[in-house]
Amino acid sequence: MDPVATVTGHAIPLPRADVDTDQIIPARHLKRIERTGYGEFAFEYWRKNDPDFVVNRPEYQDAPILLAGPNFGCGSSREHAVWALQQMGLRAVVGTSFADIFRNNSAKMGLLLAPLEPADVGYLMQRAQDTPDAQITVDLPTQSVSIPGGWRRSFEIDPFVKHCLLNGLDDIGLTLQHEDAIAAFEAQRPALLPRTKR
Amino acid sequence: MPPRTLAQKIWDAHLVHREESRPDLLYIDLHLTHEVTSAQAFDGLRLNGRRVRRPDLTIATPDHNVPTVDRDKPFPDPLSQQQVDALRVNCAEFDVPIFDVLDARQGIVHVIGPEQGLTQPGMTIVCGDSHTSTHGAFGALAFGIGTSEVEHVFATQTLPQRRLKQMSVEVTGQLPPWGTPKDIILTIINRIGVGGGVGHVIEYRGDVIRNISMEGRMTICNMTIEGGARAGLIAPDETTFAYVKGRPHAPAGDDWDAAVARWRTLATDPGAAFDKEVVIDGTEIEPHVTWGTTPAQSVPVHGDIPDPDAFDDPAARETAQRALDYQRLQPGTKITEIPLDRVFIGSCTNSRIEDLRAAAAVVRGRRVADGVRAMVVPGSGLVKAQAEEEGLADLFRDAGFEWREAGCSMCLGMNPDILQPGERCASTSNRNFEGRQGPGGRTHLVSPPMAAAAALAGHFVDLRELF
Ligand code: SF4
Repeated sequence: MDPVATVTGHAIPLPRADVDTDQIIPARHLKRIERTGYGEFAFEYWRKNDPDFVVNRPEYQDAPILLAGPNFGCGSSREHAVWALQQMGLRAVVGTSFADIFRNNSAKMGLLLAPLEPADVGYLMQRAQDTPDAQITVDLPTQSVSIPGGWRRSFEIDPFVKHCLLNGLDDIGLTLQHEDAIAAFEAQRPALLPRTKR
Repeated sequence: MPPRTLAQKIWDAHLVHREESRPDLLYIDLHLTHEVTSAQAFDGLRLNGRRVRRPDLTIATPDHNVPTVDRDKPFPDPLSQQQVDALRVNCAEFDVPIFDVLDARQGIVHVIGPEQGLTQPGMTIVCGDSHTSTHGAFGALAFGIGTSEVEHVFATQTLPQRRLKQMSVEVTGQLPPWGTPKDIILTIINRIGVGGGVGHVIEYRGDVIRNISMEGRMTICNMTIEGGARAGLIAPDETTFAYVKGRPHAPAGDDWDAAVARWRTLATDPGAAFDKEVVIDGTEIEPHVTWGTTPAQSVPVHGDIPDPDAFDDPAARETAQRALDYQRLQPGTKITEIPLDRVFIGSCTNSRIEDLRAAAAVVRGRRVADGVRAMVVPGSGLVKAQAEEEGLADLFRDAGFEWREAGCSMCLGMNPDILQPGERCASTSNRNFEGRQGPGGRTHLVSPPMAAAAALAGHFVDLRELF
């Protein structure tokens, strides 16, 4: 994964609660065996059925930031949801809360999630609706979301996730540094535990 | 050692490495895999010259894409075919055992683990699928992971995980007639909300939970993710042991006694602390029907479609209004007056033999209503065979149901079994998200007997009035 540090740009306001992974990328588009080719299907149903849907509007094209409601990314474990968001051009999501698996997947893929208080997300949503090209900066080193003129809020992120994002680390490589511990664990696993092949 | 919960005991027993301000590194006992979330992970291994570390703790089956008819022919969708072919090739290359499409043991990944006795108490189990929580019914710590994590487990048989908070959901009393496990979990989600369990592992406890069967417990744990928690578990007991015993991968002989002795130590210690506790009165659980587009939006079958204006919270009001617009429903409409086009009995929530028996008991001697297309999709080839042996398949077919081969099918509409735009379906699956069963399709989640009764009547029925 590429390192992530700071994302600056305008933002797409999506003030809906519980946006699930079936909305972010419908199941019928999960048939590819590659990690690419999902961007055009992000939010497909809403994009197709509502010409005014925010993602369709020209003023929000190429926005690198999404403003999301509570429990964003709930539902399935499909990492394709993160791939689809990234491939439609997003690099950060600012929202009030995120579903657990979606949050993990985002961390692995380098999609920066910044949780803020509902009122602060509401303020940014309103601003992005009123002024579609209004700029927002999501800064990982300082763990802050800010706008020109001084408004600035901090967000929390797991320190290890932050470390991996900033350095673009592949955590399989990190885990393999503990090969000895894994082997030692395996050596004492009870033999009666099931095996899928004998 | 301070008192610990069941989940904490399993966690501690699988700790490979712990380090300040890092997630814990956990060992994974069983990795289930299927065609949709694995191809890119296998590719990642190939790209980095890595192997699957423990093929003997890994098993694959194609389930999400597979057609439920004409399985010996090429799939109608070449992309689905390609994905299943890729799984087959990857399993061969990486030495992973697979229950392939024509294998009698093929089925939904969360049905086959327990069926084969691979799912056992005290284990850590993962799968690139959010309904991995199903396996928690055995007192295993089981959760869904994304494709990058699938690759991680392939390569290392471990997973770095942040510690979870502990939540207790206790269901007290005794279940009334026609209150099924599906109604229990729909009631729980209705109470805690779709985000209520985020960051937590849920332990289901109480007399109602103790008294239901393993398959019922699986239904409850299955939908844990619909309440936002990744894992839900139930302490193993005699019911659990009896279910596991004698299955192909269950311990046998002296190993069996040793295993049971271990499993008995897993229960939550008296005095263990939970971060969140919810108590639900089981005597009040009624047959539920979802009306909206999240699994929390449900009411008892004798109820009405709610009026969004009655919601205090503006966000909830807007969410409800959006859901009703999508579902094309009017506030005040009686649930029993909602007409249906389709009925789907299946999915990892409700496709096991007890589910099919419960649905069949309602169907016996009756016929599917004119204008309704109803389908039964067993959870595995073995469930299908058993249902055929018990005469359930004939009973469904005679009543006008379609009887299909095993797979996920219309739960998520990756295969040809989908709703047409505007069609309304009573479904025993777990998600009523917009378009989940097909673009523009409208889903109502119910229990198997409720789905069967709806198929016969062409609309929802209060089972208590039917019998
Ligand atoms: S049956 Fe449905 S919920 Fe279960 S694994 Fe298949 S697609 Fe997922």
